[in-house]
Amino acid sequence: MSNSVGMPGDITRRQMLRRIGLTALVAGPGAGLLSACATGGGSGTAATTSAAPSAGGAISAANPFGVAADAPLEVVIFKGGLGDSYATEVHEPLYKKAFPKATVKHVATQQIAQTLQPRFAGGDVPDMIANSGTDLMDNGALQQEGQLLELTELWDAPSIDDPAKKVRDTVAPGTVESGLIDGKPYLMNYVFSAYGLWYDSALFEKNGWTPPKTFEEFKAFCEKAKAAGITPFAYAGKNASYYAYWMILISAAKIEGNQLLVDIDNLADGVWKRDSVKQSAAAWAEIGKYMDKSFEGLIHTDVQTRQNQGKIALYPSGSWLENEQKSQTPKEFKYALTPTPSVTAADKLPFEAIRAAAGEAYIVPAKAKNPKGGLEYLRIMLSREGARGFTEKSGNITVVTGAADGLDLSPGNASLSAAQTAAGSNIVTRSDFENWYKELETDLRKHTNALMFGRISADEFCEKMQKAADKTKADSSITKQNRTV
Amino acid sequence: MQHGRYRFIVGFLAAPVLLYVVFVISPYVQAFYIALTNWKGVSANPQFIGLENFSRLLDDEVFWAAVRHHGVLLLVMPLVTIVIALFFSFLLNLSGGQKGGRMSGIWGSKVYRVIFFLPQVLAVAIVGVLFQTIYRPDETGVINGLLGKVGIDPVGWLIDPDIALLAIIGVMVWQAVGFYVVLFSAGMSSIPKDVFEAAALDGAGRYTLFFKITLPLLWDTMQVAWVYLGIAAFDAFALVQVLSVDRGGPDNSTTVLPLEIWRTAFNFSKFGYASAMGVALFFMTITFAALTLRVTRRERIEF
Repeated sequence: MSNSVGMPGDITRRQMLRRIGLTALVAGPGAGLLSACATGGGSGTAATTSAAPSAGGAISAANPFGVAADAPLEVVIFKGGLGDSYATEVHEPLYKKAFPKATVKHVATQQIAQTLQPRFAGGDVPDMIANSGTDLMDNGALQQEGQLLELTELWDAPSIDDPAKKVRDTVAPGTVESGLIDGKPYLMNYVFSAYGLWYDSALFEKNGWTPPKTFEEFKAFCEKAKAAGITPFAYAGKNASYYAYWMILISAAKIEGNQLLVDIDNLADGVWKRDSVKQSAAAWAEIGKYMDKSFEGLIHTDVQTRQNQGKIALYPSGSWLENEQKSQTPKEFKYALTPTPSVTAADKLPFEAIRAAAGEAYIVPAKAKNPKGGLEYLRIMLSREGARGFTEKSGNITVVTGAADGLDLSPGNASLSAAQTAAGSNIVTRSDFENWYKELETDLRKHTNALMFGRISADEFCEKMQKAADKTKADSSITKQNRTV
Repeated sequence: MQHGRYRFIVGFLAAPVLLYVVFVISPYVQAFYIALTNWKGVSANPQFIGLENFSRLLDDEVFWAAVRHHGVLLLVMPLVTIVIALFFSFLLNLSGGQKGGRMSGIWGSKVYRVIFFLPQVLAVAIVGVLFQTIYRPDETGVINGLLGKVGIDPVGWLIDPDIALLAIIGVMVWQAVGFYVVLFSAGMSSIPKDVFEAAALDGAGRYTLFFKITLPLLWDTMQVAWVYLGIAAFDAFALVQVLSVDRGGPDNSTTVLPLEIWRTAFNFSKFGYASAMGVALFFMTITFAALTLRVTRRERIEF
């Protein structure tokens, strides 16, 4: 989920007030036409778009979208775990090289929604947005309101490196599909990540431990780690309970197969009460018992730092973890990834299966002043040079196949690549409800904490989640989405 | 000259009234309208859906949890704050006995006044971050570190659903007390000295002075304090946002309406529904203020 790289989005009262103020300004205070002004800007937007200087450039092989060479481009980057130097030092210079007459405006923020919501309401939108972080904008809602540009044109455009190939054929399988809303591509998911349990391979080697492959082994391991004075497994309940529900969902998907995740996203009746979910929740709740209660009140960086200090053995997270912790990690600490243990002997997917997904959505607003430029910017990101630069600056591997080949990989990335090879085609797919149905996701966070810290049983967890899913399904104000794969 | 005077008054009033209309009244009116729509916050075509948002509120579990928490906040927070503030301001102003015909506070009261007021000048976000460290649930937290020294197990201040809300109320009280000490001090200094003198001559002790003289004469000030604190009890957004588990948790045990409004609008993109919550909050606050002023009305004592 794209929240992952996010920093906890603490918001101060002042920002809140400022935002309310902005909304009021946008809303056109004092005007008589309430209905028109409260949500105003819509009609003004069209005028702005047509008045923009981008009358359009000539379409050519090098410029498949016909970007106007002198049209300014505004790029908004979420400055979280990935930083923003990949944009300022790699992609933006590449864009300027292609269009020397264009000016590129760079905006970095940790709070995408607070920064951009008023601008969307007012019709003054940037041309490309890295929509990530805890305070990201709801892509589903943006799409429903016609604010997102469809990216079919991008995926069908020729690749910068090999004009004979389409862009869609240069990226990892599943990338385009991961960005579908309502069956059409709207999101360019850029970062290739894998989710699982992360540990310090040096610490494990020193203690003669191997990562557990089944939940029996997991429990035995927990006892061993506990005896050694190390917390066997922990996550941060205060702001990162979704790290834990990922594990529950991955285990459930391993038991039943990927269809479970598809059914959860489609709000299938009774899906949360299936045996696979129940078994997985019960298994993880057992592991939760080894975790000190105080972890519920800690934030992810607290817990991650403790792992770096050798106080926690296994930590559920995604492959951005190593980069996020770069400044905290001692030299001898070597990040490594292990898949979630198997719950039953009859699991549909083997132990080696990992959840891997394209994440970090990049979007082009439909009402941008220079949408063609936004598309071209994305195409540059998906070039070999753009992707390699991104990996070098942010330490994360992109969806562009083979772009990181030959780069000197960190221990974590090397382990990721090994896990990927071991998994082969056994890939646990994404969960779209995280972006589609924010309320359901919020409930899942809440109940995951209650389950993992022992306030509710696995049965109650399933019961409550089914109720939440039913509520979402019955809510006419939420537009339902559907996925088939 | 009548004409010129009106122009003078209007000249002064126009700017603030205009600002008030633009920045306070107009957003309120718009919120009432948006509450009747299904606006998602990003488009220009909200649909009018009548009272659907309000009927939805009736069986929204989280909404009612938040309302209950405001009830607790309303009962506990103003009461505790006022009692502590009254006690302190009495100590600071009147408990030192008479000195040269004037009532004075205990020794060092000027220093205490500064100390009490200090939390008030801190931004609420800073207070939040400060108390994150103070309340940290393991032995690295300030309170739990101290408890550990005397052999008491760490208390999950913010992670135990039974005490999380009280822990947050504690922070609100801590921050508010200083202001009300100053407010009550001002109130006490406006009580005529001869009243105290007369009482003291009749042999009234500190206890009698406080309950029979100070308190009744301070009634107006306390009424104001109660309304202010009550309105603050309908807020609590920033502290809950910064301090609580997963913003309002664990298990909804600390959530408050402003937080749910914020979440519904900015996370769930349901600006219409969020506005309906806002309208509900508006009426709760208004009702509370009106009730308080009405119920606590007493005859004013003219000095």
